Amino acid sequence: MHHHIVRNVYAYLLLLPAFVFLVGFTHYPAIATLLDSFMSTPRAGRAATFVGMQNYQDMLADPTFWKSVVNNFWFALATIPVSIALSIGMALWVNDKIAGRSFLRMAYFLPTVLPMIAVANIWIFFYTPGYGLINQILQALGFPSQNWLGDPNLVLGSVIVVAIWKEAGFFMIFYLAALQSLSPSYKEAAQIEGASAWYFFRRIQWPLLMPTTIFVLVNALINAFRMVDHIIVMTKGGPDNASSLILFYLYEVGFKFWDQGYASVLTVVLLVILAVVGLLQFFILDRRTHY
Amino acid sequence: MRSSLTPPARSISPIAKNSDFFISKLSTLGAWLLALLWITPLLYAMWAAFHPSEFATKLVLDAPLTFANFISAWEAAPFASYFLNTIILVAGILCMQLIVCTLAAYSFARYEFPGKNILFSLVLIQLMVMPEILIVRNYQTLTQLGLVDTLFGIGLPYFASAFAIFLLRQTFKTIPKELVEAAVMEGASQMQILRHVYIPLAKPVYLAFALVSVSYHWNNFLWPLVVSNSVGSRPLTVGLQVFSSTDQGIDWSIITAATLLTSGPLLIGFMIFQRQFVQSFMRAGIK
Repeated sequence: MHHHIVRNVYAYLLLLPAFVFLVGFTHYPAIATLLDSFMSTPRAGRAATFVGMQNYQDMLADPTFWKSVVNNFWFALATIPVSIALSIGMALWVNDKIAGRSFLRMAYFLPTVLPMIAVANIWIFFYTPGYGLINQILQALGFPSQNWLGDPNLVLGSVIVVAIWKEAGFFMIFYLAALQSLSPSYKEAAQIEGASAWYFFRRIQWPLLMPTTIFVLVNALINAFRMVDHIIVMTKGGPDNASSLILFYLYEVGFKFWDQGYASVLTVVLLVILAVVGLLQFFILDRRTHY
Repeated sequence: MRSSLTPPARSISPIAKNSDFFISKLSTLGAWLLALLWITPLLYAMWAAFHPSEFATKLVLDAPLTFANFISAWEAAPFASYFLNTIILVAGILCMQLIVCTLAAYSFARYEFPGKNILFSLVLIQLMVMPEILIVRNYQTLTQLGLVDTLFGIGLPYFASAFAIFLLRQTFKTIPKELVEAAVMEGASQMQILRHVYIPLAKPVYLAFALVSVSYHWNNFLWPLVVSNSVGSRPLTVGLQVFSSTDQGIDWSIITAATLLTSGPLLIGFMIFQRQFVQSFMRAGIK
């Protein structure tokens, strides 16, 4: 019995350092943020006071908040399916005996290792009005030049392209790993039966890749609410908040306007979204993939 | 199961074979076009950085090569300090992660204790709620600790990584019981078992995690941007942002040179260790 207790204490002690950091920077701040969201922002000489739902009401009445939510919705809706489709295509190509496959694999994966903040600078140049690369090509083909990052109708699409470019190669890796773990006998059977590549993909590979797709989908969802580096560098949420995302707006409110109470509400919104993503993964999607 | 499982095209006619050949060529072409599109930003950055600025926006094949842009960039901002900061930050975070997460993973993999499942779920929460999301509150914590604008403060929230704990626990659980029992029989202590049985057998996973961690923190931006506000604590990413957003006039050649400088070590490392890099990302993903 005594020995048992000693072992338990030992196990807890091993966990202690990790939990100090986890509690300190994940659990405690999450709960403290929730409490802060009902408090006013402390100003010089004035402590935070309980304001009930005031911050939430302010948020619901804030057009910039709604703009960021809608933008983030479109950002997720565009980046997730496109980057997943591209990553499957890349993985199928690289998994095949294709000419130059190690070059292709490197090319697809490259954006993943480059700092977003560094490549965003290059993309700014691509999007520059007049002499930027994309506009030079457009003009050579006889189309008018566009102000990609300055036009409210184009800016969100422009940053979506950068996000897809950045993450597709990362997701490819997971599909590649899954494809390589599939038994080659499926492919042999399909070849004997004369099944087309598309038929083989749709009926054999796609269902077998489902667990990977769920994993990638969850990652892509989290990314859609986490990727803001390129917004900070390329557009600062503008023009006229046309490219503002929730986390970007949270950063502005928290560190440009220093409005702690309001920033806490925005954090709570993000936490709720992530919690929904997490619950979705555990209770709905996981079940569908376990046959 | 379904009759459609046996399509009619069993005997392959020459025409069908030809069209198969055509499709496969088309597919290869598509793969290559996409790859070219994907590396265009890097190719352009190299073009602009290695040529005088008058060639930054036009492709002239006999444009002279130059290193001048790198030298101007290096002299225009304290990149040496930024490099040093990033290296200390990345190495420091990795060291702490390896120690803290190995201990936690060992506990989860080897012991049975009350509350184990709840504690493990509490760890997994961090996979969803990354420190970036909680920047406002974590910044206040750093203020209270007096760690704003320090490298230690930038690294602190990342010392415990749920990803590392999860990855190592999975690996530790696959280690054969016989090996552990043999070590116990020989009178090895708990720590000796960890050091001489568990850790050596998990080496490939450590490598995988190390590569993921280094590339993540080399590239990390938002949290360091918030916490650092002087040359002494700015990592490369934040330094580059400060450099390219101050009034340089827009000299693309110098900005691309600085961009290549900041991503250079990671890029070169990736080129050399390409296979290991991709494999370790795969390993990190599937476990």
